[in-house]
Amino acid sequence: MSQLLLDVNGLTMRFGGLVAVNGVNLKVKNRQIVSVIGPNGAGKTTVFNCLSGFYIPTEGSVMLKDEQIAGLKDYQISRKGLVRTFQHVRLFQKMTVIENMLVAQHRHMNTNLLSGLLKTPNYRRLEKDAMNHAAHWLEEVGLLEFANREAGNLSYGQQRRLEIARCMVTQPELLMLDEPAAGLNPNETKELDELIIKLRDEHEISILLIEHDMSLVMGISDHIYVIAQGTPLADGNAEQIKGNADVIKAYLGEE
Amino acid sequence: MTSSKLYNAIFAAGISLILACLMIGVKLDTDGSTLAVKGATTEQWMWIFGGIAVVFLSQLFSAQVDALFGAIPKPNFQKVLPQGEKMAALKPWLISAVIVVMLIWPFMVSRGTVDLATLTLIYIMLGLGLNIVVGLAGLLDLGFVAFYAVGAYTYALLSQYFGMSFWACLPISAAMAAGFGFLLGFPVLRLRGDYLAIVTLGFGEIIRILLNNWTSLTGGPNGISGIAKPGLFGLEFNRRAKEEGAVTFHEYFGMDYSSSYKVIFLYLIAVLLVICVIYLINRLMRMPIGRAWEALREDEIACRSLGLNRTAIKLSAFTLGASTAGFAGCFFAARQGFISPESFVFIESAIILAIVVLGGMGSQVGIIFAAIIMTILPEMAREFAEYRMLLFGLLMVVMMRWRPEGLVPMKRPNLELKQQ
Ligand SMILES: Nc1ncnc2c1ncn2[C@@H]1O[C@H](COP(=O)(O)OP(=O)(O)OP(=O)(O)O)[C@@H](O)[C@H]1O
Ligand SMILES: [Mg+2]
Repeated sequence: MSQLLLDVNGLTMRFGGLVAVNGVNLKVKNRQIVSVIGPNGAGKTTVFNCLSGFYIPTEGSVMLKDEQIAGLKDYQISRKGLVRTFQHVRLFQKMTVIENMLVAQHRHMNTNLLSGLLKTPNYRRLEKDAMNHAAHWLEEVGLLEFANREAGNLSYGQQRRLEIARCMVTQPELLMLDEPAAGLNPNETKELDELIIKLRDEHEISILLIEHDMSLVMGISDHIYVIAQGTPLADGNAEQIKGNADVIKAYLGEE
Repeated sequence: MTSSKLYNAIFAAGISLILACLMIGVKLDTDGSTLAVKGATTEQWMWIFGGIAVVFLSQLFSAQVDALFGAIPKPNFQKVLPQGEKMAALKPWLISAVIVVMLIWPFMVSRGTVDLATLTLIYIMLGLGLNIVVGLAGLLDLGFVAFYAVGAYTYALLSQYFGMSFWACLPISAAMAAGFGFLLGFPVLRLRGDYLAIVTLGFGEIIRILLNNWTSLTGGPNGISGIAKPGLFGLEFNRRAKEEGAVTFHEYFGMDYSSSYKVIFLYLIAVLLVICVIYLINRLMRMPIGRAWEALREDEIACRSLGLNRTAIKLSAFTLGASTAGFAGCFFAARQGFISPESFVFIESAIILAIVVLGGMGSQVGIIFAAIIMTILPEMAREFAEYRMLLFGLLMVVMMRWRPEGLVPMKRPNLELKQQ
């Protein structure tokens, strides 16, 4: 039940002389929401970049279900079921919502050129499956009615939701969200909160979350890691973190 | 505000003056046995200063000029056509009508016109091929003509050395061009934007220089002549059969010989090839691979995070684009009967790129229109001779001001969600 999904040990990332991440450890179990918090510039996004293969970590091991993934290519890692969103929304702006969803299913669709050119029955079936799957997830995030709208024309909150739907359609086991609530209004934040919990409880995936919205983080996280200046500062559940003197100091500065 | 405008205007006028002086104002000419620098005639100077005045004034009143361009109505082709289901029902009829007209039309016009139409069709093929690379995948390729050359030389050499037929060589040419595309793409596609443009530009030149200097194989600057024309199931279109005992087209059908049969036949082949290419690319654009190309153009980082292998996707775009050029090259060699490196200079790449940009990146209909404009216009502007390139530049500037998104901007497909 609560098996270890992601196990990060001693993750370190140096850019020349700058140590952006310094010996970070993370554990994510199945069906858990784990948050990473820390002041601006703490190195949270850099951790995500290391885990998702955008950077090759200088040191440390990243185990996804007993498999070392540090050093693999970004697309190989996402195919293993670890998919992320970005701090700044990255959609295919000029393509429609449904096309965004289909691109994400690229490797699940029939990519054989000939069968596509000839529209073989097998190709049609996979295409239909992909459409249905996309429609299902659009419905989950409440974007079905905008399916043929250009992604760039959606409102900011809708774009954020589309980005999550687009990740989910790849059938991940671990979804990493980089500040998904940034720029959302309180209503949208509440919806996001519910969506994340639904992903864990109904779709049985784990979520690794970077977020500055403390009420969101404290409300939904099963476990919280705090990093400051690239170094792990504390970890524990919401109560422990709220009461931790080091964390308060890091956020509020020295008295 | 106004002072910066004045400054801009003076600056632009100054630049124009310097350029015009260097390019038109002075000329090197032979004077007996020596070279002499000659100034332009008074009339030419009048033109130069007239041009500079236009530049100065258009910069000074740029806001008004912009408004003027804005006032030119922009015909919306999408609005003219019926929409939705009506269009879906009408489309097969429209397409069949266009094809029928394309097939009947050459029998009613002069040989020269048909020949020009064939040339246009070649450019349509090239434009469609480059559209995959530039318009869809967003990879700026300035050496596209290299693949065209590879296709043309593949057929020319196979025909010359092994006597292979056009139809057999067509797929081989496409495969050869694709092979070159793959070879070039492999190391080069990790480069971005400008760097990729420069490397492909270099590649185009390398191929041309290679063809020029490998005299023993390609005949160098003399090119290859006497390339066999395509036949119809073994029937030739010549006055007399090349080999003893072979039958020519007009003998077989008991008609009088006419050289226009050959021209029309070539035209029909070109129509056939273009229809094939349009169909294939249309399919590709609606397939996962076509969407992946566009996604890569839109946001490479997002693609990577979604498990798309960008190298493989870029390579496929590059290779398929190249193979289209190879296709066109093979046909070009067959049509001309003679090729030399002269046909594959950089300006050809530039013209094909202009077709893609003018047509509206990614839009097939736009590219067809642009190819027609770009081949017919130079023919009509023959009397302008050396100023043709200038006209060409002017056309591009006007287009960019008037319709920066191209003649017929690409339209997103409307995908029906089938709900149970
Ligand atoms: N590619 C890079 N090259 C050099 N330095 C980098 C690079 N990426 C990140 N850094 C540095 O690493 C540090 C951590 O940055 P990071 O973006 O991970 O912070 P963050 O915790 O996500 O902050 P925020 O809350 O503002 O998003 C910063 O000092 C940043 O300048
Ligand atoms: Mg960040």
